[in-house]
Amino acid sequence: MFRVFYASGLALMAIVGLAAQPAFAETPNEILASIQKEASGTAGSQGFSAARGESFFKAKHGGEWSCASCHTDNPAAPGKHAKTGKAIEPLAPSANAERFASPKKVEKWFKRNCNDVLSRVCTPQEKGDVLAYLLAVKK
Amino acid sequence: MSIHKQKTFRVLAVVLLAMGVTLSVAQADDDDRDERYGGRYGEKYGEKHSGKYGGENRGKPVQPAQTNAKFQRECSDCHIAYAPGLLPAESWRKVMAGLDKHFGSDASLDAQDNKEITAFLVNNASNRWSASTAPLRISETAWFKRKHDDHEISPAVWKNPLVKSPANCAACHPRAERGDFNEHDIRIPK
Repeated sequence: MFRVFYASGLALMAIVGLAAQPAFAETPNEILASIQKEASGTAGSQGFSAARGESFFKAKHGGEWSCASCHTDNPAAPGKHAKTGKAIEPLAPSANAERFASPKKVEKWFKRNCNDVLSRVCTPQEKGDVLAYLLAVKK
Repeated sequence: MSIHKQKTFRVLAVVLLAMGVTLSVAQADDDDRDERYGGRYGEKYGEKHSGKYGGENRGKPVQPAQTNAKFQRECSDCHIAYAPGLLPAESWRKVMAGLDKHFGSDASLDAQDNKEITAFLVNNASNRWSASTAPLRISETAWFKRKHDDHEISPAVWKNPLVKSPANCAACHPRAERGDFNEHDIRIPK
């Protein structure tokens, strides 16, 4: 009897716990895992590399801007919009807990910023490398 | 009450009323000042359309009583969320249809967010715009040019790195973010 009660209590707590989560909130590692899943379906995919992500982040890719143009060479520091001058909160999750917590936001900004920096979408490999780099940056 | 006292009372009432009128003129929107000099500026900007500034006038009020959380959040990521009344509805439709190439940046939104924000902007666009024009930049409108011409703003102000660009409203209008451009609050950085 006690066990049944205990089990149903646990189940109830789990349901309440899930419901209390803000909608779609995820952790940067969960987002990395979903990029990994996406990458594994593409040809020539390899494990993500923070070093490769760092050089990708700091390089210009034929255009006017790099990622660092706005986010600076230190993603744990605040940045500044290259055109409007508006302040940008730090990008590295170690310095800003709001980063890489919403898949919708991540998708929106990768689309915009890859288009601005590379004039195309980024591959899952590139996104994964960059996120691996950002996760490795310490505050 | 004696007749004499009644008279004094009336005079007092008239004086108070007159003071009230003067006060409201002083607090009135700076538009009224332009209206008084309407002829001169009307000439300058042509009279091909009805209304002030050749029909290219911002709305009143520029910021609607009710705002929209999505508009506020999404449009203030890279710049301040420009008040909807600064442009006519057709301008907002054009801006929102071209977000993937937004003044040199990709500012695209998903379809649902785009639809909701477009509706908010269009519903609260300038209500005093009678011209058939629909500029994309607020700084290209006749009202903006008149209010920021060389008589009003010295060309040196625009060269100040703290001002940087006419798009940077908040450099001189501290409450621009809230759609408040009251002339009395203007602080031009030195």
